[in-house]
Amino acid sequence: MKIGILAVQGAFIEHQAALDQLGISSIAIRQKKDLNSISGIILPGGESTTQSKLLHSLDLFHPLQSMINHGLPVLATCAGLILLAQNITPDKSPHLATLPVKVKRNAYGRQLGSFETVGNVGEIKNYPMTFIRAPYITDISDGVETLSTIDGKIVAVKYQKQIGLAFHPEMTNDLRIHEAFLKVVA
Amino acid sequence: MSNTKEKQYELNKGLAQMLKGGVIMDVTTPEQAKIAEEAGACAVMALERIPADIRAAGGISRMSDPKMIKGIQEAVSIPVMAKCRIGHFVESEVLSPADDVYHIDKTNFKVPFVCGARDLGEALRRINEGASMIRTKGEPGTGDVVQAVRHMRKMNAEIRKITALSKDELYEEAKQLKVPYHLIAYVHENGKLPVVNFAAGGVATPADAALMMQLGAEGVFVGSGIFKSGNPKKRASAIVQAVTNYTDASLIASLSEDLGEAMVGINPSEIKIIMEERGQ
Repeated sequence: MKIGILAVQGAFIEHQAALDQLGISSIAIRQKKDLNSISGIILPGGESTTQSKLLHSLDLFHPLQSMINHGLPVLATCAGLILLAQNITPDKSPHLATLPVKVKRNAYGRQLGSFETVGNVGEIKNYPMTFIRAPYITDISDGVETLSTIDGKIVAVKYQKQIGLAFHPEMTNDLRIHEAFLKVVA
Repeated sequence: MSNTKEKQYELNKGLAQMLKGGVIMDVTTPEQAKIAEEAGACAVMALERIPADIRAAGGISRMSDPKMIKGIQEAVSIPVMAKCRIGHFVESEVLSPADDVYHIDKTNFKVPFVCGARDLGEALRRINEGASMIRTKGEPGTGDVVQAVRHMRKMNAEIRKITALSKDELYEEAKQLKVPYHLIAYVHENGKLPVVNFAAGGVATPADAALMMQLGAEGVFVGSGIFKSGNPKKRASAIVQAVTNYTDASLIASLSEDLGEAMVGINPSEIKIIMEERGQ
């Protein structure tokens, strides 16, 4: 099993380190040719606007979108969640639009609104969550499962083989979310 | 929700991690900020005048009008940085230092600070003062990347040296570099700085940016290089792509085609004000 990690911009090395610790081989996705032979993909935190521009300019956008629509498992964190969302507020046209949720960008404000907390994510209990200029999910469509809410806001969802998180599992040493994603891939 | 000092510092270091692999561009107006965001900048640095103009104008270079910075924050959704004079409440050697001895105690602030450094000692001293992110100083506003290359190479060489020391030699090294022992111990164990390290100073072309990434920078600041060039939009976008694919020589070659005129640039030997000397 080889997992792709989108490496156009952002905190991709942290995800790679997490997979290394789990003994899973990974490949940094920087160009179209890198997409061959991956069994799942991680979309890391970073700046969604930047990542989306680069997906287009490096001809990754359409192949990746089609692979996800055809069932490629995805773990998307923070900016990655924004890339997947079908609706983005404040008004912005969607990017990959494979996940039927509505996401609010910078929902907690600027950097001074960033925070850490602990919560349950699906069956994973007491998971340390780091929110950095994070979004949250304001609406979900039928078929989307809510995995976690913090203060009444949805911060983790699952839809078919797509997992979207508003926080950063790669910023902690807790590997349970990466393990759960690998089960979806397997 | 309010965070403790320690927690806020961790979150600020985390914010810097999210900027990795990206390009941070100097802008002076909301319009330029939009062009930068459109081109794929992961953050912008808002300032009254870009370094090349600061250099040309001479005199005391002061901080920007906070209202102008707010205007740029309104215009874009990516993070906005601003510069402050060394000693004033991002300390920047581009501006004239207000305090020629003491830097700011950055741990007393909630916002993240980015500081310039020419070598490992400077970097660790700034981190000890609370910097969440380091960048090489280079020689700003020259369009010549050579100083940034020197600073990055020097820092990396010093990091490699520390990883090779035996544990009992670390105390002496801490003394030599004038930094606390625990920071030297971190570098010894991890082979890197405890915060993100970007390249800055004189980056003007996609090849300059790619070179800095190959030398181990985790991202790149571009100051005068974009809005002092013939086609800022195209150049900005090319530099962003070069940073992502910094090892792909043929892609960088094609990105470098037809970018219009680069900023003119000046040789460090021709300049009078050496900004890298400011704040050590």
